[in-house]
Amino acid sequence: MSALRTPGVRRPGRLAAEAAALLAAAATAFPLYWMVLSALKPAGEIQSTNPRPWTLSPSLDSFRRVFEQQDFGRYFLNSLIVAVTVVLASALIAFLAATAVTRFRFRFRTTLLIMFLVAQMVPVEALTIPMFFLMRDFGQLNTLGSLILPHIAFSLPFAIWMLRGFVRAVPEALEEQAQIDGASRTRFLWQILFPLVFPGLVATSVFSFISTWNDFLFAKSFLISDTSQSTLPMALLVFFKPDENDWGGIMAGSTVMTVPVLVFFVLVQRRLVSGLGGAVKD
Amino acid sequence: MTTQLTPPVEKRPAAAAGPAPGTRGPRRPGAWTPWLYLLPALVVLGALLVYPVYQLGLISFLEYTQAQVSGGEPTSFQGFGNYATLFSDPQFRQVLLATVVFAAACVVTTLAVGCALAVLLTRVRALPRLVLMLAALGAWATPAVTGSTVWVFLFDPDFGPVNRLLGLGDFSWTYGRYSAFALVLLEVVWCSFPFVMVTVYAGIRAVPTEVLEAAALDGASQWRIWRSVLAPMLRPILVVVTIQSIIWDFKLFTQIYVMTNGGGIAGQNLVLNVYAYQKAFASSQYSLGSAIGVVMLLILLAVTLVYLRLLRRQGEEL
Repeated sequence: MSALRTPGVRRPGRLAAEAAALLAAAATAFPLYWMVLSALKPAGEIQSTNPRPWTLSPSLDSFRRVFEQQDFGRYFLNSLIVAVTVVLASALIAFLAATAVTRFRFRFRTTLLIMFLVAQMVPVEALTIPMFFLMRDFGQLNTLGSLILPHIAFSLPFAIWMLRGFVRAVPEALEEQAQIDGASRTRFLWQILFPLVFPGLVATSVFSFISTWNDFLFAKSFLISDTSQSTLPMALLVFFKPDENDWGGIMAGSTVMTVPVLVFFVLVQRRLVSGLGGAVKD
Repeated sequence: MTTQLTPPVEKRPAAAAGPAPGTRGPRRPGAWTPWLYLLPALVVLGALLVYPVYQLGLISFLEYTQAQVSGGEPTSFQGFGNYATLFSDPQFRQVLLATVVFAAACVVTTLAVGCALAVLLTRVRALPRLVLMLAALGAWATPAVTGSTVWVFLFDPDFGPVNRLLGLGDFSWTYGRYSAFALVLLEVVWCSFPFVMVTVYAGIRAVPTEVLEAAALDGASQWRIWRSVLAPMLRPILVVVTIQSIIWDFKLFTQIYVMTNGGGIAGQNLVLNVYAYQKAFASSQYSLGSAIGVVMLLILLAVTLVYLRLLRRQGEEL
């Protein structure tokens, strides 16, 4: 697989390189390890001024506190609903749009593409102000819709841009063949193109999932009075107190919030790596 | 890109045009199909991106504070008044400078770390490679909010392991301006180098082995191979990751907001995005917040134009 691996040649520097790689891996993984460790430490050990990198008496107290103290399960579910809706909707819309801009020639095609590129640059946070008024006019304040709608819009440009490469990789000949066999364009779109582009859709959805799952600015601004609609990042910040941070709670909450993304990443890992290569290479 | 021979879409028989409505009349059946496919995207983007951007620009020219929001006072047109206020405000100029310098530092560090580790990945066997890849994916997957909380905790003056390890006692990282920025920089690099590493690694893997072997046989050093062989071949990929990093790091919000508690002591760690938010929602100066947003938009637009020029020069067809 590796391009640089010359067969038969024993590089003297390889052991050093491997040591460096493992060291880098350890340094990269350490914050996550410390997060989970601190979530499992009993309260006394977290507040210790001499933190140890292990614990002999792991406890689930912090997790219990997180789930009991607040409506955490509810927030978790809300976050999940928002993220899954955004991922599905934006994948579908982006697939159609990417097909249009890669498989067809039409007027304003290049203009549109440039618009999609420019749209990625828009600082989403700056739009909080007009978005707030828009959501108010739509009557969407304090609903999950106020998070779903903007995030679909914000994840679309990048998704379309990235999916282009995948759609383009499907040979034109396949479409012509399908046509000769009498398949309608709709049928080609859903039964041939869609399955072929699916890996790309998965890679793309990682980005929309993360940006939606991470969002706390919109949640903070749009879900003002109805806390039952709150999402995870908001719940996490509650544990920050001006004088005395509940680090056990914060770390347990962070763990709960990180795990779904990690699972998602591990599931799509292979497709993501090849997907990025494909999207960037073409 | 070799498959870019314009497909003869227009010549297709009407039967293959699919159920696109409105295709009966025109001489070129199927001409509407792309627009039909684009419709959902355009509706969503128009309503939730273009319109808000328009509103943002509009508000930045008005006087828009709490009084106007509640309808107590009529809105009044200010022209470039808000921008004049902004640019004569020393704090804004300082935040603008801090944002540019900080984003540049983040981008350079992220790229250096990401590229170095990508090269390293190609020089190790499968197991260490997998371990580093998994660790990087873990950092990548970590939500910005939790990444920020964890890094603040790691560097906590009382209970964090880092100060303990470095023997810094109860040194507070978030107290000083530069140490706070340094802490945020570490977190940003930690969560964004994986994208660079994975992408560049995928790019290196696509370079033909013979080229690299030839360079190695000619006695080129690793650095020389990178500089004279790999970097030029990877140029398109490097452009993409650089531009993406610039965009992400220039728009940084969550890390600064969470780690420095909304912009640091007396706003010493403010960057534009957080500053705009604070102006709008903390002090209800919606028009000033919008003006800051417009300034950011224009700067990023300039970056985009450079990107497009680079793409064009590489002969990439859109």
